[in-house]
Amino acid sequence: MTFKKLVTGVALAVGATMASYSALAADTIKVGVLHSLSGTMAISETTLKDTVLMMVEEQNKKGGLLGKQLEAVVVDPASNWPLFAEKTRELLTKDEVDVIFGCWTSVSRKSVLPVIEELNGLMFYPVQYEGEESSKNVFYTGAAPNQQAIPAVDYLMNDLGVKRWVLAGTDYVYPRTTNKILEAYLKSKGVKESDIMINYTPFGHSDWQSIVSDIKKFGSKGKKAAVVSTINGDANVPFYKELGNQGVSAEDIPVVAFSVGEEELSGIDTKPLVGHLAAWNYFQSVDSDENEAFIESWQKFTGNDERVTNDPMEATYIGFQMWTQAVAKAGTTDVDKVEQALIGQKAPNLTGGMAVMNKNHHLSKPVLIGEIQDDGQFEVVWETDGLVAGDAWSDFLPGSKDLIADWTAPTKCGNYNTKTKTCSGQNY
Amino acid sequence: MKKLFITCCCLLGMLAGPVFAELDDAVRAPDAETTPVAVEPSELTTVALEAGLDAEALAPVVTIESLLLELTETSLNKTIPVLEQLHDLGGKEILPLFKTLLAGDLYYVKATRQVVGKIETKGETEYKDPLTSVLVSDLGKRDVKKIRVNNRLRNYLNGVIARIRLSSERAEVRETAVKNLLSELDADTIVTIQAARQHETVASVQEIMDLALAMYQLESSTQQADQLAAIEAIGGSLEGDARNVLRYFADMATDHSDYNPVVSKAAAKALDRIQERVELYGFVDQLFFGLSLGSVLLLAAIGLAITFGVMGVINMAHGEMIMLGAYTTYVIQLIMPNLIDYSLWVAIPAAFIVSGLMGVLIERLVIRHLHGRPLETLLATFGISLILQQLVRTIFSPLNRQVASPEWMSGSVEINPVLSLTLNRLYILAFALLVFFALQLILKKTNLGLNVRAVSQNRSMARAMGVRSDRVDAMTFGLGSGIAGIAGVALSQLTNVGPNLGQAYIIDSFMVVVFGGVGNLLGTLVAAFSLGIANKFLEPVTGAVLASILVLVFIILFIQKRPKGLFPQKGRAAE
Repeated sequence: MTFKKLVTGVALAVGATMASYSALAADTIKVGVLHSLSGTMAISETTLKDTVLMMVEEQNKKGGLLGKQLEAVVVDPASNWPLFAEKTRELLTKDEVDVIFGCWTSVSRKSVLPVIEELNGLMFYPVQYEGEESSKNVFYTGAAPNQQAIPAVDYLMNDLGVKRWVLAGTDYVYPRTTNKILEAYLKSKGVKESDIMINYTPFGHSDWQSIVSDIKKFGSKGKKAAVVSTINGDANVPFYKELGNQGVSAEDIPVVAFSVGEEELSGIDTKPLVGHLAAWNYFQSVDSDENEAFIESWQKFTGNDERVTNDPMEATYIGFQMWTQAVAKAGTTDVDKVEQALIGQKAPNLTGGMAVMNKNHHLSKPVLIGEIQDDGQFEVVWETDGLVAGDAWSDFLPGSKDLIADWTAPTKCGNYNTKTKTCSGQNY
Repeated sequence: MKKLFITCCCLLGMLAGPVFAELDDAVRAPDAETTPVAVEPSELTTVALEAGLDAEALAPVVTIESLLLELTETSLNKTIPVLEQLHDLGGKEILPLFKTLLAGDLYYVKATRQVVGKIETKGETEYKDPLTSVLVSDLGKRDVKKIRVNNRLRNYLNGVIARIRLSSERAEVRETAVKNLLSELDADTIVTIQAARQHETVASVQEIMDLALAMYQLESSTQQADQLAAIEAIGGSLEGDARNVLRYFADMATDHSDYNPVVSKAAAKALDRIQERVELYGFVDQLFFGLSLGSVLLLAAIGLAITFGVMGVINMAHGEMIMLGAYTTYVIQLIMPNLIDYSLWVAIPAAFIVSGLMGVLIERLVIRHLHGRPLETLLATFGISLILQQLVRTIFSPLNRQVASPEWMSGSVEINPVLSLTLNRLYILAFALLVFFALQLILKKTNLGLNVRAVSQNRSMARAMGVRSDRVDAMTFGLGSGIAGIAGVALSQLTNVGPNLGQAYIIDSFMVVVFGGVGNLLGTLVAAFSLGIANKFLEPVTGAVLASILVLVFIILFIQKRPKGLFPQKGRAAE
């Protein structure tokens, strides 16, 4: 008797959940969130997961999309690059999400690419990266090298009169490719080989004594020197600490970083960093109405009024806006239709002006250079006049000079060679 | 229109009056490096009035007040002209203002546009008038806005402050002032330095002033004899700027064939002489880097040398004991936020206790039951390490925590312009050695040490002699873990305090212990320092990534040849 009751109860409960699940599935548009919530990258990626959740919540308050509610599906790829591919497959086949917001490191994106192309998914990638890629199924809302590295170098060269260059980076694909592009660019500007010093260090490097001392020596040869840093993650903290301890100040040898933002600075003592630079498309300190509203809703959402915002968050924000607009325009969440509707979409930058999605799946955005202040915020010291269009294939590398990406008809190609007029297909 | 203008100027002039009257107070303010000359209040007021009456010329009246007001309104690019005017008007008195601005502590009150300087004393934030040091009361964080500075401004401010400080009363201030000016010697600066040189009495300051004068002489003179004399004078200096000047003249002969070869050759020769000394100091520098890396390795490994070396337990959670120590430092700093300078002294015993107790707990609950089964111990302790990491993530969040460095550990001791040793590394080197000798003392001279050695050499015999081996095991493991906790305090000053801190050091620690010889503390010391030095001498040649690979390969080969490490245990204990 009791056993029978139990069985019926369980069956009923299971049935009910399944029914409600399928009912829910029919009525919602699913948004996949593919950011590491554990492991080394959790530090940076958890913030982006929360950003997407906040955007979903806000969109639902506005009445959802196409008359349906949005539902976020969060998975944890745990900073494990192959797991990113598996989780993507899970999101696309099991959960059948309509769009994915995800990835941080380039290696995780490279791992997702084959899966997302095979299953024809749609992903928004919100982090600055090394370029040399354009997939039909991915929209790149972070900066390409010409939207971050090249303008930063221009600023140092023209405004600060830098003549000698230290390219310091963590040893993986993003810094290596970026430095290759920068080296080619510097040489095209007439910088001699002997005036460029390139240095790579492992992830999480903490003993910077000899490298900083080398930089100091390199910079004391009479010409103004600067460090272009693609050092990633928490290795930055001991790096800047060592710079401070060895008495290298921002006035002598400025460091311009591409991976240090407000979030990274919020965990460290910024006194020794004051005056060093960073190049981004967004800074929390920029004064604009959109930005103020965004910061306010973010701090309200996280329940922490000290919580900072950063550039990849803005990239996520813009990507999400554009996706909702494109879905509304296409009237469906079908990937092919949304993909075409996305090209040409405009969404407000948080720093003012409008970001535009180009044919090559990259954004046109302004580029800002800021100096670190002692409160962990950036003071903008320079910005581009207008928007800079993201260039998927760098013009400074011999292999990619003639390549363009154009996803509109009739080209419809991610790496179209303008010389040979051929599309070689993806080769990642 | 004209009337309005005059009224404005008069008003400004009147405003200037009371503020300048207060300047006398500023003279008595704590910052008495310079002796400001008080400006007569009436003088400026009259100037303002005259200028105001003379409105035909439409020259706007510039007073310190109007400039300060302008300072709150201009954009960053236009700040320097304002500061230049301020300097012209205020002279030496402007120094406290400039210093506040340089430190990034200059704010203005949003409502009144009054410029104030932020002063933090014992965690309390106060706002004072930067020129008069008069307290401006009732200002909250939200009432004021910061006056931003960028690198160009900092450069300018540094230059101005250095020039003003040439007349400071303290010799070392004067010395740094001249050093700061070396890179931008122009005619104006030289006149100032020349004037200062005549009154200078301290030898070291005289020396650096002479160098500045010689450098300028070399650059500006056209007489060969003068230039050669200047090169002779510069030749003894290790200052980077001096070398740059010499290099410039040495390169002249190759860049311009018509340049006087005598001067060029002399410069090249002087440069070579300096270069020899620079290289020697470079070697010393590198040796220090190696010793410092070695001290970090020693600290990380020494606890393991006890648990693994003496007890024979493969403790994969050793890194997490280090991490716990680092987090203890963080918590201690949270508890005593205003006493950061002393926090480390509290943190060292606290970390020892926290990590030590955790070690005893692990030994009692897990390791004891796995005695003599190394594989299981390895797996179990690995599991514990993951549990501890996740525990820390849950309690403190996965983000890195900020551990502040005490004032006395920041910066460096400058031995000469090319050799300076960073203070934090210096302290940690000394600390590592101290811990090492203290531990050596415990093992050799105390009862506990005697028991530990007895149990590790022959467990059953020790037990037969009445040693409570299980208690000794727990104590030993606690001691090793506690030392790891102390290492965590030191490492919190060098690297990030996060859940993964321990993992970064576990491999290095095992490497050092195995290389030095299991069961031998002295071996650990020698191994740590030799690996550190080898790493640092390889690094400039091969890069950081390859250097650590090479060291690892070397150790593997070495272990093949001598499986028991540098200092193998001898006799029966080796069995």
